[in-house]
Amino acid sequence: MQPENLDFIAKFLKDRSGLVVTADKGYLLDSRLTPLARKRAIKDVDSLVQQLRTGRDAELERAVVEAMTTNESFFFRDGKPFDQFRDNVLPALMQARATRKSFRIWCAAASSGQEPYTIAMILKEQAAKLAGWKVEIVGTDISHDILDRAKKGVYSQFEVQRGLPIQMLVKYFKKKDELWQIDDSLRAMVDYRHHNLLQDLKSLGKFDVVFCRNVLIYFDQPTKTRVLDGIAAQMPADGWLYLGGAETVLGLTERFKPVATQRGVYSLTGAPAKV
Amino acid sequence: MKVVLIVDDSTVIRKVAGKIVRELGFETLEAADGRLALDQCEKRMPDAVLLDWNMPVMDGLDFLRELRKMPGGDVPQVLFCTTENDMNHIQRALEEGANEYIMKPFDSEIIEDKFRQVGLL
Ligand SMILES: C[S@@+](CC[C@H](N)C(=O)[O-])C[C@H]1O[C@@H](n2cnc3c(N)ncnc32)[C@H](O)[C@@H]1O
Repeated sequence: MQPENLDFIAKFLKDRSGLVVTADKGYLLDSRLTPLARKRAIKDVDSLVQQLRTGRDAELERAVVEAMTTNESFFFRDGKPFDQFRDNVLPALMQARATRKSFRIWCAAASSGQEPYTIAMILKEQAAKLAGWKVEIVGTDISHDILDRAKKGVYSQFEVQRGLPIQMLVKYFKKKDELWQIDDSLRAMVDYRHHNLLQDLKSLGKFDVVFCRNVLIYFDQPTKTRVLDGIAAQMPADGWLYLGGAETVLGLTERFKPVATQRGVYSLTGAPAKV
Repeated sequence: MKVVLIVDDSTVIRKVAGKIVRELGFETLEAADGRLALDQCEKRMPDAVLLDWNMPVMDGLDFLRELRKMPGGDVPQVLFCTTENDMNHIQRALEEGANEYIMKPFDSEIIEDKFRQVGLL
């Protein structure tokens, strides 16, 4: 790719989605954008970026942002955080909200739905205890395409074998040809919305538990700080935040502190945002 | 070192699965059908069994029934590993006491994941 096109697309992606394309990840531009160029009958990636530079092809802009997202996800990803959610956070939350009998959970990078559906399965297993409660699960993502997949809730044989206990597959999925369809009752528990983490989060309302896993890794430090502080502003003082295995708040914000002995879980400090 | 018995009539599958399982830190034993697998279990009860369904002489489900009746036969974690990938087969396997179920084709990540599910890792 021509250097000025490379500079343009790197800045474009960072502004639009926060994605940082480092020099060693340059190959990703080619491998992800070549199929897109082909689909649109554009000669090559350079010509595609030229087209983008006109600033007049909103549809292409959206497609480029989406093509550059990494959507890999698993059910019960990393296991432990979800055990911890079920055994510690959920009981504590039910005690704290006993009079109101409602709480809201947010998956801030929902991807193809494995994370919100994992939470839905955990809640469903506790249905007796949660009778009479109003629980909302909101799943957001920057990619329209991936949200469409999430809404459908249809997974390959490979996807349902990563992290999902076989008993859960039997209980909550139906086989449709070679694919596996998640139960309608679980689909109805998740409200999917398109949302960009770089944009104002206020319209989403407040969330008692936030899962923001395996998305901050793609951002630079100032963007991580901005997103974390934005999330903090959408949480009540006693809320919980879950990050991915390779992510942390340390050195990024004073708004969250790690929950002792529980990796990947954070609570609010009450410190004001630095902004 | 924990022992995993790999039961499959295909030598290729036994070889591929055996390599994956050993790389996860287990010792492996092999058997080509359910009858030979039962003989193995009598000599030495494994910690886990990776079990094909369709095999000559004795199939996986019959092996599982017999295993669960043996003294100490309730101990091994049994993971089916088969091309039978419909709900009926999965449910029958679970009813007969299987602990997990892998649908072929598998890869090392699926095996590792499932071993973790049943607490072998
Ligand atoms: C690797 S997936 C993580 C999925 C899931 N949270 C998990 O841990 O398995 C990352 C997701 O973040 C989304 N994403 C990337 N940038 C985003 C942004 N600025 N706003 C919202 N979502 C974004 C991508 O579209 C992708 O689906």
